[in-house]
Amino acid sequence: MSAEIANIADKDASLAELERLAEVAQDVLRRCRAAGADETEVAASVDVGLNVSVRLGETETIEHTRDRSVGVTVYFGKRKGSASTADLNPDSIAKTVEQACAIARYTELDPAAGLADAARMARRFPDFDLWHPWDIDVERAIALGLEIEDAGRSVAGITNSEGASVQAGQALAVYANSHGFVGCERGTRHMLSVSLLAEDASGMQSDYWYDSVRSPGDFQPAASIGLRAAERVLSRLGAQSLSTRQCPVLFAPEVARSLIGHLLSAVSGGALYRKASFLLDACGKRVLPEFVDLIEEPHLLRGHASAAFDAEGVETRRSALVEAGVLQRYLLSSYSARKLGLESTGNAGGVHNLVVRSGPDDFAAMLRRLDTGLYVTQLMGQGVNGVTGDYSRGAAGFWVENGAIVYPVDEVTIAANLRDVYAGIVAIGNDVDPRSHLLCGSILVERMTVAGA
Amino acid sequence: MNSMIAQASERLLRPGGLSTTELERVFARLMGPGVDAADLYFQHARSEHWVLEDGIVKEGNHSIEQGVGVRALAGEKTGFAYSDEIVLPQLIEAAGAARAVAKAGANGVGQPLAIRNGRALYRPMDPIDSLDSAGKITLLREVDAFARALDPRVTQVIVSVAAGVDTVLIAAADGTLAADVRPLVRFNIQVIAEQNGRRETGSAGGGGRYDYAELLANGRAQAWAREAVRLALVNLDAVDAPAGSMPVVLGSGWPGVLLHEAVGHGLEGDFNRKGTSAFSGRIGQRVAAPGVTVVDDGTLPGCRGSLNVDDEGVASENTVLIEDGILRGYMQDKLNARLMGTRSTGNGRRESFAHLPMPRMTNTYMLAGSRDPAEIIASVKRGLYAANFGGGQVDITNGRFTFSASEAYLIEDGRITRPVKGATLVGSGPEVMTRISLIGNDLRLDEGVGVCGKDGQSVPVGVGQPSLKIDSITVGGTAA
Repeated sequence: MSAEIANIADKDASLAELERLAEVAQDVLRRCRAAGADETEVAASVDVGLNVSVRLGETETIEHTRDRSVGVTVYFGKRKGSASTADLNPDSIAKTVEQACAIARYTELDPAAGLADAARMARRFPDFDLWHPWDIDVERAIALGLEIEDAGRSVAGITNSEGASVQAGQALAVYANSHGFVGCERGTRHMLSVSLLAEDASGMQSDYWYDSVRSPGDFQPAASIGLRAAERVLSRLGAQSLSTRQCPVLFAPEVARSLIGHLLSAVSGGALYRKASFLLDACGKRVLPEFVDLIEEPHLLRGHASAAFDAEGVETRRSALVEAGVLQRYLLSSYSARKLGLESTGNAGGVHNLVVRSGPDDFAAMLRRLDTGLYVTQLMGQGVNGVTGDYSRGAAGFWVENGAIVYPVDEVTIAANLRDVYAGIVAIGNDVDPRSHLLCGSILVERMTVAGA
Repeated sequence: MNSMIAQASERLLRPGGLSTTELERVFARLMGPGVDAADLYFQHARSEHWVLEDGIVKEGNHSIEQGVGVRALAGEKTGFAYSDEIVLPQLIEAAGAARAVAKAGANGVGQPLAIRNGRALYRPMDPIDSLDSAGKITLLREVDAFARALDPRVTQVIVSVAAGVDTVLIAAADGTLAADVRPLVRFNIQVIAEQNGRRETGSAGGGGRYDYAELLANGRAQAWAREAVRLALVNLDAVDAPAGSMPVVLGSGWPGVLLHEAVGHGLEGDFNRKGTSAFSGRIGQRVAAPGVTVVDDGTLPGCRGSLNVDDEGVASENTVLIEDGILRGYMQDKLNARLMGTRSTGNGRRESFAHLPMPRMTNTYMLAGSRDPAEIIASVKRGLYAANFGGGQVDITNGRFTFSASEAYLIEDGRITRPVKGATLVGSGPEVMTRISLIGNDLRLDEGVGVCGKDGQSVPVGVGQPSLKIDSITVGGTAA
């Protein structure tokens, strides 16, 4: 039951490196078996990157990154031990195995411990088009960073810059376990970003914009990133607080996905078996309005979290999490599933792309629907209690009247219980932000408490 | 050679057949046209943690990371590369990559390495070995049983201990040769309590740069368990928090996270060099109410945020940031100090060899005033007493901060009345600092739990303050 590395089309050094990682993983499995472990799992990875930043027209930093890691978990019966090292030479690997085994002598019998069910291991390893190395050298990365920053700084009113950055990254990972499963993954991730400042009599403001892609060909034009950041920061000048009130709140896509993130945490196995969730026993019940579907799509081409298997080797598949507002299932690893008397949902390590089904409205239509209320573009601080669902976060954005932005808002909080926030979702826009594995448009919530000066 | 450098060299250099002589060869490769500063940061980090949940010690983990970060500086430019193998060829390769940042200019020259002595704020030992594994298991089980016995409403207990030691050796082209061996231990307990179908959580913990014996001395673990249970039970009875602008009394200790967010980050050298902080260019000006004195002190023995030397080999200091309301200074690393024409204050820190250093806080706190905390509460007609906090966040540029109370009460007619659910406070740092009207005589540092994040890098820090009153701040609850 071994992943065919050969089914990955391209030929480059990454395949040889993946094979080396797979050998390291196999070596760990052999050593653990020899040490008497009943079950073993191992995750090995190598991340390589180039990060270049420029500021005020000059190079600021050039960073070459290369991070390696091997983590091993052994089970002696139902006792578990784990250890990790960044050093892949055989001596260190041997010591790491010893450490994991030593720990398993002291941990206690945990009936839920162990690998995921062998029958659930992935057998097919389709190519999700995640491997697009960016052949960019330092000089060209600097030039690209300058292009982004220059575009932003050329806008009248921009007074300073925190810099632009260009990041190219490649990640190789192998997960293997003593069922005989070996899964190899490789993916690239590249990022462009810039943060700019503007100042007027009311004070200084900063804002940023970025793009994050699997393939450099998918980037927004560099100059448009600089322009978007400039437009955002200029729109923040003169921001004021609001008096305390109840009103509708429209979350911009880049912050709306955090609302979905809190829901995912609340229906995750770890929170459920600890009874540390405000959505206990919610499976089969309505958690969102009827028009909302949340679909897990693990096999999206170039998806930010696409994967054939989860962190335990369990096959991933497309499936609804919420259908017509009703929670269809939880997000479970094999461990949390056993604790709850359920089956793994292939979500060890999280959700593999989540598509929030949107309505027909674009952003302008969503603003019209908001009519009069707060449009939130930034959220700050923690302020989310996952046990009770109480939500109170710092926010900034714009006051909107009759569907038109009136003035920028700052230094307010928005608060409600998340159960009420979810029930109060009036519309979800089609202005989906593609830069995340949570694919979500803007979200309009009927009513929250806005507190201000 | 001082003993710290001997100990660090033995751990970091000898296994790869290196000595300080070879380091000078690396500097010869690093220094060249246009490079005016450079350093090597060798690190070996060993850590472990153990977790009890559902009454059983179900997880233990041991981890080792090591490597060397190589940095070359040319004016405001930084070139950086690192390797997880500490051997000469990798060092030379990384040096070549790092120095590519500079193309032309005067030839930089490395100074001969000379030992810089650091402070002796903690013992250079490995806390992992200060208690055997069986002892750690026993501890976790005892605390679990203790917490459950405190109140029948406690339904879940998660207890963890973590320990580690960082061994670092820093060599710089300015001649710096310094080393540090930094132990760190941490205890944490989280409980969930249930009453009439309502569940609330409470957590507590602490630690510092010492061994397990000190972590557990005088029943500290049991005291943290008591505190976690108390917090969960208080919150079971909490009502909705008020919304709007009102006077707020902050408790002593961990609520000092307000200072960390509201002013601390804004006083880090990099933001001020770049003119991106709300405090840029304001040295000598009034930035806080009279009586407010804030320091960043990396020299407190055994504290979580303390360092014998910083990550650039500079001995830690006690830096006055604000004195009686007047802005006195910024926290600096070498790069920003050089570019601002001043000296490093020993605040150059990095998460690991794989990250670049930058100005970071150590232990940041406000000095005590003269007021009795009870008198401060009594001065409030209607407001909020925020006794404890979760975490916070700040926007450096406009000074706007947010942080969340984990334990708060209404103050009505000068008396603490009902507990309220986690309210979020928002404000502007520069404004809030001028609205501090009463300062307590009860300065306390936090228990040793702080983790500060900046640019994706986490470092351990301390915070602290006496009780204090802010005349007006926005409280973000749901009750009108």
